[in-house]
Amino acid sequence: MSESLLQVSELRITIDKVRVVDGISFAVAPCQTFVLLGESGSGKSMTALAIMRLLPESARYQAGDIRLHGQDLLGLPESAMRSVRGGTVGMIFQEPMTSLNPVLTLGEQLEESLSLHRGLHGRALHEAAADLLQSVGIADAAQRLRDYPFQISGGMKQRVMIAISLAGNPALLIADEPTTALDVTVQAQVLELLRKVQRERGMGMLLITHDLAVAAYMADQVGVMYAGELVEMAPRAAFFKQAQHPYSQKLFAALPAQPDQVLKAIAGSVPALDSVFEGCRFAGRCDEVQAICRSVAPVWQDLGNGHQVRCHAVSSPFQIKSGPALTLSRSAQPVLSVHHKQALLTVRDAQVYFDLRSSTLFGKRRQLKAVDGVDLDLFPGETLALVGESGCGKTTLGKSLVQLQPLTAGRIELDGVALGGKLRRVLQAQRAAIQMVFQDPFASLNPRMRIHALLEEGMVALGVEPDAPRRQILLEQLMTQVGMSKQVLNRYPHEFSGGQRQRIAIARALAVQPRLLVCDEPTSALDVSVQAQIVNLLRELQTSMGLSLLFITHNLPLARHLAQRMAVMYLGRIVEQGDSAAIAASPAHPYSQALLQSVPTLTTHALVSLRGEPASASHPPTGCHFHPRCPRAEAVCQVIYPAIRTLQDGRQVACYFPIDPVAA
Amino acid sequence: MGWQPVILWADGLIWLTVAAVGLLFWRGADGFRAGWQHLWRKPVAMAAGLVLLCYVGIGLLDSLHFRLRLPAQAGMSAQYSVEVNSVLDVLIAHLNAYPEQTYSAPLAKHLFVKMPTILPDGHLALTYPDLTLYQAQKLGHDEQRARGRGQEKIRLGLRGVLVGVLLAAAMTLLFAGWQAYREGMPLRDLLRTALQGKHPLPWRTGWATLTVLCVLGAMMAEWSTVYHVLGTDKIGQDVLYQSMKGVRTGLMMGTLTTLVTLPLAVGLGIAAGYFGGWVDDVIQYIYTTLNSIPGVLLIVAAVLLMQGFIETHPALFDSAASRADFRLLFLCGILGVTSWTSLCRVLRGETFKLREQDYVLAARTLGVSDWRIMGRHVLPNLLHLILISMVMDFSGFVLAEAVLSYLGVGVDPAMASWGNMINAARLELSREPVVWWPLASAFGWMFVLVLSANLFADSLREAFDPLGRRR
Repeated sequence: MSESLLQVSELRITIDKVRVVDGISFAVAPCQTFVLLGESGSGKSMTALAIMRLLPESARYQAGDIRLHGQDLLGLPESAMRSVRGGTVGMIFQEPMTSLNPVLTLGEQLEESLSLHRGLHGRALHEAAADLLQSVGIADAAQRLRDYPFQISGGMKQRVMIAISLAGNPALLIADEPTTALDVTVQAQVLELLRKVQRERGMGMLLITHDLAVAAYMADQVGVMYAGELVEMAPRAAFFKQAQHPYSQKLFAALPAQPDQVLKAIAGSVPALDSVFEGCRFAGRCDEVQAICRSVAPVWQDLGNGHQVRCHAVSSPFQIKSGPALTLSRSAQPVLSVHHKQALLTVRDAQVYFDLRSSTLFGKRRQLKAVDGVDLDLFPGETLALVGESGCGKTTLGKSLVQLQPLTAGRIELDGVALGGKLRRVLQAQRAAIQMVFQDPFASLNPRMRIHALLEEGMVALGVEPDAPRRQILLEQLMTQVGMSKQVLNRYPHEFSGGQRQRIAIARALAVQPRLLVCDEPTSALDVSVQAQIVNLLRELQTSMGLSLLFITHNLPLARHLAQRMAVMYLGRIVEQGDSAAIAASPAHPYSQALLQSVPTLTTHALVSLRGEPASASHPPTGCHFHPRCPRAEAVCQVIYPAIRTLQDGRQVACYFPIDPVAA
Repeated sequence: MGWQPVILWADGLIWLTVAAVGLLFWRGADGFRAGWQHLWRKPVAMAAGLVLLCYVGIGLLDSLHFRLRLPAQAGMSAQYSVEVNSVLDVLIAHLNAYPEQTYSAPLAKHLFVKMPTILPDGHLALTYPDLTLYQAQKLGHDEQRARGRGQEKIRLGLRGVLVGVLLAAAMTLLFAGWQAYREGMPLRDLLRTALQGKHPLPWRTGWATLTVLCVLGAMMAEWSTVYHVLGTDKIGQDVLYQSMKGVRTGLMMGTLTTLVTLPLAVGLGIAAGYFGGWVDDVIQYIYTTLNSIPGVLLIVAAVLLMQGFIETHPALFDSAASRADFRLLFLCGILGVTSWTSLCRVLRGETFKLREQDYVLAARTLGVSDWRIMGRHVLPNLLHLILISMVMDFSGFVLAEAVLSYLGVGVDPAMASWGNMINAARLELSREPVVWWPLASAFGWMFVLVLSANLFADSLREAFDPLGRRR
């Protein structure tokens, strides 16, 4: 394969005894994007680091070779390798916040790379830096060079990272989850930029992602990794038309598609990589598993057109089901009717302001309006999704509901009684009634307490069940409800995977028998397949216990899947509220539309990305907060914040020029 | 002969601490016991722990004080000696039974300095006089003299090695027997797995450490019948005796001062970090004020005040020992009060971070009270910091005692302490030829204590960290 730019063959890497990468081979051609797709722990990031020879100290190359332009990278001396890093191969990391040095200006960081790899000096260096910054879409490049990283936003930082990685005119760009830490509207911009620079420079690109939709949007070739192994490789068209490996198919099935349907979750989680594998690594989680899968490791099956798959089922007479399993079974219970007369929870004109320290001693005190006049109603048994980008105040609002964050003004009522009562009994009842599930299950469980103690704590504090033996029975029931065994109770949180921890966190919230569960992005720290398990669990619990859910998320497809009603939030205010199917089908507010269109889906070919980035809540724009980014903005939008108007289908929109639902 | 127990304040406190630790073992929570069992599986912990146990043993024996009854006199009620002795004093009394005139080197047979002596022929000459201890031995064992001292050193040393090895083997076997009984497996099987290193407990490390300790102990015991093993100091006191007496002072300083700082640092640090606002302001104000006064100045002032107090109230102290004890306690107190600030600051910062952790927020939504959150969610997650700084402080306090004694504001000058020994070394090192053994001895004993405490604490932290236990 002389035409390939990067050729990885039979690469095997171990860290201590863990085989993190176990015999993978692939090639990246010039002008082509190869997407490595996989869940966390599948070894995809290790592969990227291995190409750069930046593996951690304890890692060992056991076998295989990596060739760039036919040259063996593993045989190069370290001094030659340094010119490859950042020179022939550029790399972008996931977290733009931590990959720039906070004490150096952008110019210094960019110029360092330029002078190293292009040998530029003085004026030429400055100009090259400014040009480069311009080329990644940063306005006022010459000015920006003097800025420090903290002065620019996350999306801008990722652009600067891309600029730095382009400084050496690389032939290959490795991007490790480059948009995972970014908001959807910004993700769209960065993906667009990556495509643009790749086309212009004719680079090869190795893109690592866990997101099928990003893969669909970016890839020429797709490789699916599972437990340190590649299990399927195919050109994009073939892969997205008909993925062949059961694991790939399950990844498709786990995507939220139709509302009111149960997501196809993959049972269990990725096996520990230090176990000795006999047979297929996916056998334990596979529906199509046969006797042979458990004893003989499958070899590559060539399906023609470069589509290869590592599965016994593909070659066997048992032909696998046609197409990704998108035909989902309908959920057993109907969703509860939502239009009760009495709302469970009413939020009226809720405001949460934070005082900012002024930069000068006698300067004017500024306020950050995290939540700025929100009205919401939540009915018993209903799911309301609160959708918005980071910094829009959705989490702050959620915290106010569970009384972690006092309101600056406004009212939150539970069953018509205002929250934050003085009476201890009332306060306890209100605390028990509204519980929260946090985003990061790794941070929300105290590592020093056994599960038993964690779950029991709230029951004791809120007096749910003072009797210890009865409490034990309740806890065991609870564990069964969230799909875990009761032996779990005696163990510590670190013994569990992310998905299991989130189940435990849900159980903890349920232990005090709440009526409303505030879920703050409960799945965003989890893998796609596990995300589906948690979403299904929440639905199940809702139907069996009649819970109300407030689902806080930035993921609009997920919100549409799970919620009956949806509220879209931008800079502390709700811009659109109404039936979730209706909003998802034809958003009325330009911002809702932008959110919807910037999410790559399996079928998008061009993303509509918004201009700019969310403004800061400490100085929101005058008039409509959204007008600087809005394609429909007119003069009036810059002056007065639009009043809420109700559309024919009952939707509420804060916009002067809502998109006509019929026309859209 | 009768005796009367004397409970000094410091003794009482240290035994209370021991009792509290014992109670924790006996009725401790599951997690505590599991962590403890896990701790002994680490070879380093085993070795350091055994060494520490030796120190603690010496210190505790030295903290059991009593007074002997004087020979009864007709017509008077029982009288007790003014001198307060400890159990350790009795056990190692023979070390100090033959005070010399001045310096003598370790294992020497004569003094380190020339003295005018009258020779057998009646002339006066400057010679190295024989040690009194040696003379006593010489009178008793004439035949030993004939064999020569060099041989005797080796003979006694070898006997010490033999006794030590046997003693260590016996103790290991005893433990093994007990463990075999507890596990319900034959002793033979246990010994085989232990020797192959397959038993969860590091028997080989334990045995090796015990052997080293026993051999050293036995050799010193053997030699001490004929020699001053570590030499004598300026006024002819046995250095080994002094060093062993210094163990108690060092441990007291370390432990009691830590006991003073810990509640202040932990309580105030967590409160400041958790509540923030005015509570934080007040606590910060206190410790910045305290920090801005030079600590040594504060200690000197306090110690001088205390000395004045002792002199004006002689009736309160019935013996020299109780006066020294009061001084020690006071020193621990004032040292503790001046040195809690750094740990407090660290804990405050860390609590700030923990307060925003999701699991603390989750506990708050569950209506758990502030005190409970601080106790169950914040404190356990600070333990590693507390433990590390506790041990570093412990070592620091042992060393601080030396510095303060050097300045003349440390423990009672009459009290045996490593600090006082090091203080004396100022003169010893500047004379020619150099007298190095008191300093080396004090340094050695202190070094081993501090090192093993640090190593032990390291393992302790790992063993009690649920995350660390995976390894």
